[in-house]
Amino acid sequence: MQPTSLAFEAKAHAALDNPALQSALGSIKTGWQAGRSRAAEALPEFEALRDRGRDIKNHTLQHLDLYLEMFETKLAAAGGQLHFARDAAEARATVLDLCRTAEARAVTKSKSMVAEEIGINEHLEANGIERIETDLGEYIIQLRKEPPSHLVGPAVHLTKDQVSDLFAEHHGGPRIEDPAALVAEARRVLREKYFQADIGITGANFLVAETGTIVTVTNEGNAELTQGLPRTHIVITSLEKLVPTIDDAFTLLRLLARSATGQEFSAYTTLVTGPKRPADLDGPDRLHVVLVDNGRTKMLGTALQEMLRCIRCGACMNHCPVYLAAGGHAYGWVYVGPMGSVLTPQFAGIEETHTLPNASTFCGRCEAVCPVRIPLPKLMRHWREVQFEKGLTPPTARYGLRAWGFVATRPALYRAVTRAAAAVLGLLGRGTGRFRHLPLAGGWTQSRDLPAPSGTTFMAAWAKQAGRPSEPK
Amino acid sequence: MRPAPSAAAPDRPRVALFVTCLVDLFRPSIGFAAIRLLEAAGCTVEVPKAQTCCGQPAFNSGDRATAEAIARQVLDTFEPYDYVVAPSGSCAGMLRRHLPELFDTDPVARERASVLAERCHELLGFLVDIRGLKEVASHFAGTVTYHDSCSGLRELGVKAQPRQLLLGVPGVDLVEMREPEVCCGFGGTFCVKYPEISTRMVSDKTADIAATGADTLAAGDLGCLMNMAGRLQRQGSKVRAYHVAEILAGPGAGTATLPGIGERRR
Repeated sequence: MQPTSLAFEAKAHAALDNPALQSALGSIKTGWQAGRSRAAEALPEFEALRDRGRDIKNHTLQHLDLYLEMFETKLAAAGGQLHFARDAAEARATVLDLCRTAEARAVTKSKSMVAEEIGINEHLEANGIERIETDLGEYIIQLRKEPPSHLVGPAVHLTKDQVSDLFAEHHGGPRIEDPAALVAEARRVLREKYFQADIGITGANFLVAETGTIVTVTNEGNAELTQGLPRTHIVITSLEKLVPTIDDAFTLLRLLARSATGQEFSAYTTLVTGPKRPADLDGPDRLHVVLVDNGRTKMLGTALQEMLRCIRCGACMNHCPVYLAAGGHAYGWVYVGPMGSVLTPQFAGIEETHTLPNASTFCGRCEAVCPVRIPLPKLMRHWREVQFEKGLTPPTARYGLRAWGFVATRPALYRAVTRAAAAVLGLLGRGTGRFRHLPLAGGWTQSRDLPAPSGTTFMAAWAKQAGRPSEPK
Repeated sequence: MRPAPSAAAPDRPRVALFVTCLVDLFRPSIGFAAIRLLEAAGCTVEVPKAQTCCGQPAFNSGDRATAEAIARQVLDTFEPYDYVVAPSGSCAGMLRRHLPELFDTDPVARERASVLAERCHELLGFLVDIRGLKEVASHFAGTVTYHDSCSGLRELGVKAQPRQLLLGVPGVDLVEMREPEVCCGFGGTFCVKYPEISTRMVSDKTADIAATGADTLAAGDLGCLMNMAGRLQRQGSKVRAYHVAEILAGPGAGTATLPGIGERRR
């Protein structure tokens, strides 16, 4: 998927003018944001759990080679097969090969962001394989031919009314408004598809090294049907999903749903260890795990390694005032919000995406809610540094900063410049105490007044008072 | 680590006021208010002449070289004092949390920066947590709502301290916004890089302020205050904006009342 992140500002502009989108985004505040807050407050050990989550992930990343090998061995022992893909193209080719070997005409898919990342959807369709998304949100955006706008709720940018219209258009029949009835209708349409699929593709939330187990969570139970009914199950996932033990996976699961939606646990948590065994009543005959690197190993040992702790809960975007204003599609690639502003430059190149790490006030709410304590503002700042070093920062900002730096490291010059600025602006703004328009400050004054300086700098006023008596106490 | 108190006067620390560039240029009254409060808290306040800026604009814009050059000057200027106090959570956060980061490749400067960072504080946090100030001699007639600026709140834990002091001011009626901890959309250069998103954020904030019925907005950072006051005034609101130090310190000797931020001087 080619990033369109450079159009962030234009897309954000459109988003701000889109009442339906704004209404849909507004529900994140009252829903998931409030839910996370309640869930965190209700669990006394939540903060300690976050520390443990961080430590588990750090430990795994430090010994990634060990746990990768362990996972491969245990997966093979359980009858599954691991396919390592260095990049998106290799991952797509591997998945397509597996589909061809299975003579697949139709695949069902449950939600996988890594599948989005490698662009498998378009690739399957271009090769004549029908793809059916089984997650309700993914199904909705498939009908609308849109990418997801959120990690957890891919269709969170839509209102119920828009879904009513969409279903009426695609399913025929009367327009339904009741949410439960809409879900029932999607369920009815999808239920037949599960039985027609030759292959089921899922993602993974955790890969357990000690047992070779694949853990997925959903609220709809669609991953179970996707992986259990077809003859072949393909897992498209990535390196950083590895954890050493089942206990570790459960520690992180306790954080995941609470951080994402405020649930104590997702409705369905599925642990799969290998394909169907002789005594099993059901399950796939073959299990393939396509493990995608796509630049992740390059993050190891760098400032960005901390980003590999991410468990894809979406809390950072649910609490990001920029995301809540602009919506996910403005970010122009698979991953959105603060975590996307760190990951997208890594996967798609800073040249095409430098708008994203700048789309933050560094308010720090993302870091404050991150279940594994990823310092997201620090990592966005890292990309701003790369942007600056590569000369991608706009010239006005670059020269402005250098000029500011020149003045700020020369106190006497700084005093003279600020004194002159305070005097001139103070004089100009004397009438009302503020400016409605000011040359070169259009970004500010288009929507707000600019308070005028009082005319004298603090340093000048203080110098005048030198030798003043201390105020009475 | 607690800094060693001055040998000369252990109970009366020498505090350097880090004025901040916005206070210096736009609103000196905040600097004077900070000095009155620090003196009331038993400090000897000095204003080092060589100070300019904390370097945060360069740091947050990815210009490490400029940020580092400014940071070296901060080290030289502020090292001699027991404490460095800024009337801004944003600048204090830069000094306290980020200064050492700037010297990745210079262990000597990094150590100096770490030692200095420990002595740097945001004004309200310093007054209450370090100096144990319980109340101030001020009066202010108004219904005040307090906005938690992001860096002060999330980098330095400034939340209860300004409220505690405000509640002790006769005449102040403190009312809370629904979301006092949500960013106002200033974000330094963010507000001019992404003016429309910034406007949306500050408009949400001014709506929250209006819903409280307060006639006065207080906060601990002039950047945020200029953003919120500028939006309030563009919307025709009558809500007045002050730095919390101005309310706590009173208008100062010889001054009747202080005009709010963005108001005409009398």
